[in-house]
Amino acid sequence: MINVLLVAVGGFFGAITRFTISGWVKAYVPSLFPYGTLFVNICGSFLLGVLIGADVETVWKLLVGVGFMGAFTTFSTFKVEVIALIEKRSWKLVIAYVSVSYIGGIIFAYFGYYFKLIF
Amino acid sequence: MIYVFVGLAGALGALFRYSISISTASLWFFPFPLATLLANIIGCFMLGWFTTRIMKQNKVSKPLAAAMGTGLIGSFTTFSTFSVETVMLLEEKLIITALLYVVSSFIGGLLFAWFGYQLGRRREKSYD
Repeated sequence: MINVLLVAVGGFFGAITRFTISGWVKAYVPSLFPYGTLFVNICGSFLLGVLIGADVETVWKLLVGVGFMGAFTTFSTFKVEVIALIEKRSWKLVIAYVSVSYIGGIIFAYFGYYFKLIF
Repeated sequence: MIYVFVGLAGALGALFRYSISISTASLWFFPFPLATLLANIIGCFMLGWFTTRIMKQNKVSKPLAAAMGTGLIGSFTTFSTFSVETVMLLEEKLIITALLYVVSSFIGGLLFAWFGYQLGRRREKSYD
């Protein structure tokens, strides 16, 4: 039961943080390119990497990992934005968005995972 | 107030994702991260449909659209878990599994988002 609560609380704040950041980005960096989603996905991949690499207790994994970072980052918005760019025939943006998301996400998750080695 | 709606829906989305990972844990014993892939692909389909069917027709209020799209479906799917799971597979030298995971997420997500998009659009036309 406590696990459910941890995931829910993390998800609550994760979703609000993503919503806030994507709102800022839309207001201050108006562009066809989805910088907001890209930013949260790469940041979240790095931070989740740090969390898993640090091998924290289950409580933190559920609250911050499954709940917060899971909700803070999004896969569905990423894909629907790609479809919207395809519909606009913005092929260069499609290729840039997809490749930077996947390559960046995995590389930053790697950095995060080995982040503790720096200290 | 819109923030509270997005947050509550986000909590629900995270719980749905968590329940998929718990229920597959007792059925799926392979290293391939099936739970995340399932949540991500289902979410892509739902958001594709929601975007064309609901949002473009302005049938729901802005707070509800943000709660459903950004909160519920956005939090149900996840990118960070996908990235870290790929790293873990690579770390365990399961290169083929990692490659399979990335490719199936890439193609599956795009395909189902497109299916949802088209389904929403078809309905949109028939109701005009």
